[in-house]
Amino acid sequence: MDSIKGLIDLAASPPVAFTLSIVVFFTLFRSRWPWTRGGGLTMLGVGVAGLVFGLSDDELRRRVAEPDNLPIVGLVFVVGFFVWLAMSKAWANDEATERGDPTLEESERDDRVLTWPDLVFVELIAAILLTVALVVWSLLVPAPLEGPANPALAPNPSKAPWYFVGLQELLVYFDPWLAGVVIPGLIVFGLLAIPYMDRNPRGNGYYTFRERRPEILLFLFGFLVLWCQLIVVGTFVRGPNWSFYGPFESWEPARVAGTATISLSEALWVRLLGVGLPGSWLLRELPGLLVVGLWFVGLPVLALRSPWLREQRERLGRVRFHTVVFLVAVMGLLPLKMYARWLFHLQDIVHLPELLLSL
Amino acid sequence: MSWIDRLRRRVTRSQPWRAIFRVGVPTDDRKRALAVLGNVVLHLHPIKVKRSGIRLSYTWCMGGTAFFLFLVLTVTGILLMFYYRPTVEHAYADIVDLREVAAFGVLRELHRWGAHAMVIAVWLHMFRVFMTGSYKPPREFNWNVGVVLLVLTLLLSFTGYLLPWDQLAIWAVTVGSNMASATPFLGHEGPGSELLSLGGTPLIHVGSDARFALIGGRTIAGGTLNRFYVLHCLAIPFIAAWLIAVHFWRVRKDGGISGPM
Ligand code: HEM
Repeated sequence: MDSIKGLIDLAASPPVAFTLSIVVFFTLFRSRWPWTRGGGLTMLGVGVAGLVFGLSDDELRRRVAEPDNLPIVGLVFVVGFFVWLAMSKAWANDEATERGDPTLEESERDDRVLTWPDLVFVELIAAILLTVALVVWSLLVPAPLEGPANPALAPNPSKAPWYFVGLQELLVYFDPWLAGVVIPGLIVFGLLAIPYMDRNPRGNGYYTFRERRPEILLFLFGFLVLWCQLIVVGTFVRGPNWSFYGPFESWEPARVAGTATISLSEALWVRLLGVGLPGSWLLRELPGLLVVGLWFVGLPVLALRSPWLREQRERLGRVRFHTVVFLVAVMGLLPLKMYARWLFHLQDIVHLPELLLSL
Repeated sequence: MSWIDRLRRRVTRSQPWRAIFRVGVPTDDRKRALAVLGNVVLHLHPIKVKRSGIRLSYTWCMGGTAFFLFLVLTVTGILLMFYYRPTVEHAYADIVDLREVAAFGVLRELHRWGAHAMVIAVWLHMFRVFMTGSYKPPREFNWNVGVVLLVLTLLLSFTGYLLPWDQLAIWAVTVGSNMASATPFLGHEGPGSELLSLGGTPLIHVGSDARFALIGGRTIAGGTLNRFYVLHCLAIPFIAAWLIAVHFWRVRKDGGISGPM
């Protein structure tokens, strides 16, 4: 038992868990089986077994049962279910199209029903069921209330509300101006821009995967791997000093805050070349600025060697294409900085305290 | 005729009853159409809808769930406002009283769990709309309205988080609002903020930056509580309600729930 828990604690550490999640993500979305009934039930079984096993541990049960953490457990299962539902419907439609049959939505396209009673009563029943569910939840779980506010006594860890915990987790890897302002701003901008960037006319008004593979994979990678996963990480495996604690590890004694980190300029000038930091900040940070420039400019140039991407640029036009590329590069910055941190303890690619700017 | 039937006829034929319910129980298609047309709430709907559009497995009823939760939160929120005073002196004690003294001791629970559920429902609704490609023309603008609603939903939840004025509340909001001080140019710890100065006097400092504007002071205190209370109970719900109306209007003007073109 303890060895299993030890193994899970190991697998839950951010580098391992993140790598695993990427592998699992692409494995799942490459295959058909997970989106069949058998696949869905198997994944549900694994999830429930994991939950039951987790709840058998006192430490983890306390953490999971915290009233404000319950929605996140719910989130995992509910999001899992709806991803499965959408994907299985998409596959079913794709297979119908392949056979030359109409999709489910297509076969009903001219079928209209009266709002009263067909819609109104469904709404009524849904409202009643939701009310019952909410009342039961409220009767079973009291809303949390801690001691009165005390501005002089910061709890450790202090956590943001759960839906922002993913952004708080990003603070481990990014400066606050990025994690707290620019990245959320770009998420909202990216969401707003989706209808204008995606010019694929297919897949409008029905579930399909085959006709929209890249769009769906990109969106789901962001939603599942980067957004939902970081919320779960921030909630369940971050303890005092925002250090990592395995799901079965006690928060006591508290670990000291992270390992020492190093900036790219220091690693290069001091450690590698042994010449000390140059006096001019421009020269000092030149390598970092080059890396960032390469990431945002060089990568697209390199990518355009692929015929498929060149075709996309023709199709979308330059403005749309480069907006998409920029947003993907920002998204890619997340794993990039995470791995740089885990592998080389590298914190800042560009470190410019002179301008309060680090990246 | 039993007395129940007589009574029912009496009631349903009385002048007040017929003044309210013009068509009575709709039993044929004409009356069903009139029932929807003649009712301000039902009139949000068209008279006929696509069968595939109202399939539970198509929309998951997630937009509807988000809206329903918004209504639940409005009602429970108004009831909470009867008890709650947004001052450092009273806020916490009022929340304790809500649990211990007030009738219907689950008001706070309904409001808090409803809020969590609404956040999840809105995410899932967005995910459904994405997966059915319903943001594609002609629904681009309604997707944009939706994204703003998503942001407003999160802000509603965030501003409400402070109101119990317990340790959980102020420290969660501290973590969240500290980010604002790192806003480029407009936060006092943000890159470029030092560039904004007038004759050597910095324009952006702790007492004038984005964080100050958000929390109404240099630290989370009574001013913040008041500010968040007004945002939470008045300003944001008002904008959200307006945008939900626009959202629904556009669903219809864009041709109803999406389906194959
Ligand atoms: C307070 C939040 C929201 C409420 C109350 C709401 C409500 C609704 C409702 C009731 C519908 C009818 C169909 C359905 O139930 O799925 C709908 C459709 C739609 N919603 Fe929302 N919504 C919200 C947020 C959003 C968000 C975050 C997005 C996207 C970013 C969005 C985009 C859309 C679009 C494009 C449609 C048309 C879908 C179609 O025709 O299939 N909405 N919304």
